[in-house]
Amino acid sequence: MSRLLPFPMLSLLLWLSWLLLNGFSWGHGLLGLVLAVVLPLGTRPFWPNVPRLRDFLKLVRFVLVVHWDIITANLVVARLILGSPRKLRPAFVEMPLELTDDFAITLLTSTISLTPGTVSADVSEDRRTLLIHALDMDDEAALVAQIKQRYERPLKEIFEC
Amino acid sequence: MNQVVEFLVSAAILVGGVFALVGSIGLARLPDFYLRLHGPTKATTLGVGGTILASLLFFSWREQALQLQEVLIALFLFITAPVSAHMLAKAAMHRELKRREDTRGRPWKQ
Repeated sequence: MSRLLPFPMLSLLLWLSWLLLNGFSWGHGLLGLVLAVVLPLGTRPFWPNVPRLRDFLKLVRFVLVVHWDIITANLVVARLILGSPRKLRPAFVEMPLELTDDFAITLLTSTISLTPGTVSADVSEDRRTLLIHALDMDDEAALVAQIKQRYERPLKEIFEC
Repeated sequence: MNQVVEFLVSAAILVGGVFALVGSIGLARLPDFYLRLHGPTKATTLGVGGTILASLLFFSWREQALQLQEVLIALFLFITAPVSAHMLAKAAMHRELKRREDTRGRPWKQ
């Protein structure tokens, strides 16, 4: 099983995207199934070790939290952009990483970039520090604590790494 | 078309359009490169999100069946947008672009 389907979640995602792109029918269901098996096998060497998903419910919760944050942060940032640029307090922040897995770190940096107001700029060579650029930062410790509590901890629990 | 649906579709288009516009305004008037990077993250999230929601509602109503292709646009965008922002930031640090003087902290040497 694990040799045929090295990344079951990726295969499921590929199959669903194929069906969404081409419409739901038996023919496309079968074709999508073949692709969902062949593509992960063919691209296997390119993937880092993807950690096992431990807690699906927590992942759903995480996705909802991120969407909610994107909406609220958008409103805050819209006001900042339309206000006076002089009032912005931009900053580069170094955040120590607790996550150790490359895939989980990628998810964390993507989340940080997608939520308006912060962009992840770099990850250190040893994967221990993340460089973040903030549009308007009040207190460095508060920003780091918020990211850790809202995004990093759930990711750590979801992948247990 | 049902008026409620029409109202919802218009509202979603408006919200999407407004946020895409705000993102573009940010791109135009923010003072340095790193700050301008923040503009497009709005346009790609709520801006595209609102437009996608409108399209989804409109076509689902017209076909009288759930149409979900648009969800894929959001999915691919969410995967690719942060990567390009990250690479742009790294390129900016590599070229040691100027940042506003009052920026706290410092970028890394590339």
